[in-house]
Order: sequence, then C-alpha cells, then structure tokens
Amino acid sequence: MKLTKSFNRSLWVFHLNTGSCNGCEIEIVATITPRYDPERFGIKLVGSPKHADVLLVTGPVTKKMAPKVRRVYEQVPDPKLVMCIGSCGQSGGVFYDSYNLDGPIDQVLPVDVYVPGCPPRPEAIIYGVVKALEKLERLEAAQ
Amino acid sequence: MNGDTTKKSTPYTVPIGPVHPALKEPVMFTFQMEGEVVRSVDFAPGNTHRGIEWMGMRRNPVQIVHLTDRICGICGIVHSLSFARAVEQIAEIEVPPRADYIRTILHELERMQSHILWAGVAAHELGFDSLLFLAWRVREQSMDLIENLTGNRVNYGIVQIGGVRRDISDDQRPVIEQGLAYYRGLLDQMKTVFLDDSTIRMRCRGHGLLSYRDAQLLCAVGPTARASGVAMDIRHDYPYCAYGDFDVHPVLPPQEFGGPMGDVYDRIIVRLLEIAQSIDIIQQCLDNLPAGEILWEKKLPKLLSILKKAQGEAIGRVEAPRGECMHYVRMDGNEAPATWKVKASSYSNLMSWIPMLKGEQLADVPIIVASIDPCMSCTDRVTIIRNGSAADLTKEELTRLSREKTRRLSRC
Repeated sequence: MKLTKSFNRSLWVFHLNTGSCNGCEIEIVATITPRYDPERFGIKLVGSPKHADVLLVTGPVTKKMAPKVRRVYEQVPDPKLVMCIGSCGQSGGVFYDSYNLDGPIDQVLPVDVYVPGCPPRPEAIIYGVVKALEKLERLEAAQ
Repeated sequence: MNGDTTKKSTPYTVPIGPVHPALKEPVMFTFQMEGEVVRSVDFAPGNTHRGIEWMGMRRNPVQIVHLTDRICGICGIVHSLSFARAVEQIAEIEVPPRADYIRTILHELERMQSHILWAGVAAHELGFDSLLFLAWRVREQSMDLIENLTGNRVNYGIVQIGGVRRDISDDQRPVIEQGLAYYRGLLDQMKTVFLDDSTIRMRCRGHGLLSYRDAQLLCAVGPTARASGVAMDIRHDYPYCAYGDFDVHPVLPPQEFGGPMGDVYDRIIVRLLEIAQSIDIIQQCLDNLPAGEILWEKKLPKLLSILKKAQGEAIGRVEAPRGECMHYVRMDGNEAPATWKVKASSYSNLMSWIPMLKGEQLADVPIIVASIDPCMSCTDRVTIIRNGSAADLTKEELTRLSREKTRRLSRC
C-alpha cells in the first residue's frame, strides 16, 4: 500500500447508504455545497466506488444490504478508508433493537473514522474527513 | 456502444440498483428497453427495512415520537406530527393553539427546504450543477431558521404528544421575518431560472407524463398528483394544526403555463409555487401567533400515565412535502401501542413511475425518477445486461447520458 503525492490533495469520497433515514444523506450533500465547499481541498463526491479513496457509510446496515455493503467495499481500490457517518452506524442508535440489522457498521466493515451525530453537522463531517486525511498521512509516514 | 447492440436482441433488460440512496423504501428498477426507449418498468423496494413499526410497538408513545423523526430525514416533522396527532385523538388531548401555530410554522419551513432541495436535485439530474449549488446555497437559509427554532438542522425532535418542546421567543421573530423576506426576494429569480430556461423546458415539457386518470387510479399524492390536475391537499381537505384558520388551496399548475399537463415541468411549477404559498402561511402564522402554553402536559410521567390508560384507534394525516402521510395507531391500555402503521407519501407515489417512464428514453430516466421527489435521486449504479453479458453503468454515466441529451437539445 503506497500513497502517491497527488493523493494528498484530492480525497474522493463515495457515499453508501445501508438503510439510513436520509438525514445523513442530505447533510453529506449539504456539505459539498457552496457554504462549506470542501472541494477547495480536493474533497469530492464521486458516483462509483471504483473511483473513491474514502467510503462514507451511513445507516445501521440492514440484513438485505449487508452483502451489498461488503461488495461495494471490495470495489474501492486500496489504499482506502471507511468513515461511519451518524449514530445509527456506530451503535444502532434509535434502531438498536431492530430485528433486521446486521450492523452496526463495524460488524461488517473495518471502520477508520467515526462521525457521531444524528445527523452530524456538515462541519463535523468535514472534520471527520480531515481526520481521515491525517490517518492516511500517518499510514504513508509509517511506510 | 459495442457491436452487440446492432443485433436484433430487443427488448433487453436494464436493472438499476440496489446500491441506492434510500427512500423509506429504496427501489431496484428493472427496465425492459427497446433501443433507447423504455418499454416497461418494474421495481422492488425493501432494502432498508429497519422494522420501525415493530420497534415502536415495544416503546411508549413519547419514545416513539423520536423514532418517527428517523423514518425519513427530510420529512423531519411530518412523521412525528402525524403520529402525535393520531395519539392525541386517541387520548383526547387538546393541543394548545400556540403549539398548533408553531407546528404549522415548522411544517411549512420544512416544506420550503424540501422543495428547494428537490429543485437542486432536479437541476443536477438535468446536468445543471451550477443550479444545484445555487439552490442548495439558498436552502441553507431555511436550515438556519429551522436550527434557530428547533436546535437541530435535521431530525428536529420538536413535536411532543400534546404540543411542541420549544417556544418561539420574541427575539426569534425578526430572524424568521428576515428569512421570509430573503425568500420573497428570491422567488422571482427562482421562477426565471427554472421556468424561463429553454433547455429545462425542452427536457421537462412533455416528459414523464402522468394523466389525471392515472394519477387518481394509482393514488398519487402531493405535488405529483397536483401537477396532473388532481386538486388534493390535506391542508385544505382536512385542515389540521392551524391550517383551518387560513385560506390554503391546493396549488395546481396555472393556465399561463398551459394548465395541468402532468409532466415534469408541471411538477417543477407546483413546487416553486408551493414555496411562495409556504412563505405566506408562515407570515400569517407569525402575525396571528396566539399566546399561551405550548404543551398540554409538561410533566412527562403524568403524560405517560395518561397515555397508558388510553384506548382506541385513530389516524393522523398530514400533508408532507411529497404528499399525504398517514399514521394509524391503535392503543389498548398498555404502555406501547398495539398497532402502529405508517404510510409515507413516497409509497403512494412510487407506482406513478410505471406510466411515467413508459416510452421515455434512458437519458430521461434520472429526471423522471427524481420528479416525484423520492427523497433522493434514484440512480446510483446501473448494470446493463445485453445478450447475457453484463456491463456496468454507473450513476456518473447515466448523468453523462442525461447531460449529453441536454447539450444536443440546446444545440438545435
């Protein structure tokens, strides 16, 4: 796993919904719009996991979605990071006692950065991406 | 395009999904295609079933209110309001007038942000990304207002059985007035940008047609039905909260735009006009905001003990930004409701995709699918299976197809 120099300034993000309520989704889209504008730092939402560096996962992972989540994770090329957005992905949140969950997300995928909140504010999501970037840099330095 | 497509192997199948930005019911589409034209459509929802109703039947109504917030992130107040209204009817709780007005203000603010959100998504599907960003920048103002009033941008948790949890103070009034003035100034500009644009008209006029009869037969609701000329609006038909005090009429596409045709363009018109209507309603609410309590019973243990004794069944209906939202609750003297059934508005509208998409081109699928506002745009990953071999078509490629069509049209 080797990071190239260009990687540092362009973190491409793929967003994957695993059964979330849409709250995190609209906050993620609100994050990329002009008020917050993370595209200044090369952070961008992409339409295919094959183009992504970071996988943003929202939702508590329903049983039906679990195999698809794993499949999307495998499609993201290395080196990759997984960010868990929202409380229900971390602990189940209000859905903790549901019969239809395979989650929380860390039961299905290895998670690198957790962004708590229901839903987290755009500022929190950007902060999480910065943390992800720092982790990538640490990985690079360790090599 | 590879050589295989020239062979006569039509109709072929295009499945879309299931990795998918969710509604309450995310959908996997299966298109039967003949060339570029959609011959028939089928869809299968159910990927993000979380069993919310099942969970609700194990919790008490005060806890359920916060669960209902999480049914849909965009319709934050709609579900909690609808559920609270059902429970209030069962327990014969009289909501204080001030709480009714505050509920109405937030309900309309939510409609505004939801419609602007949709306008941005629709622009994105057409290939106007600059318009997406403009619309979402404008939307932030309403998010600020909602945050100011409720404390959160999404999932407000403002509704409580028997009232609301936060009052509107006198300091907050000028902030709301300011926000309303901002949107009033923007309305004409938004109408010009969306309705006078020749490319948007070419892409949307006459596409995704839903006839008056189909809209009624398929039980379409909300802006989807109103764009087809069905004059229905719960706020007008069965007034709730403070709507009974005001003159709220269903917004239909006006004659100056050719009357209701039931196409994508009409759905844009209806939503834009509804933003104006929402501004008016909020202004009227502010002007007539009655004084008094905001909760029927402040002490939660007392409220819970009253709800525990309640028996009966009721339906709570509200007009969500996407149409009618209905909660059925039956309580039989236990802490948790015996039955709780939710019918969200998108659920009623999904069927209207079938007549809308028939005969349209693949490049028109994104905007037509988005035109009923299924909580988010619908196409994330597409797999085309031609002659038994699969080729991946990502959302980007589908958007690219849509953009190419826009470019083709604007050239001629």
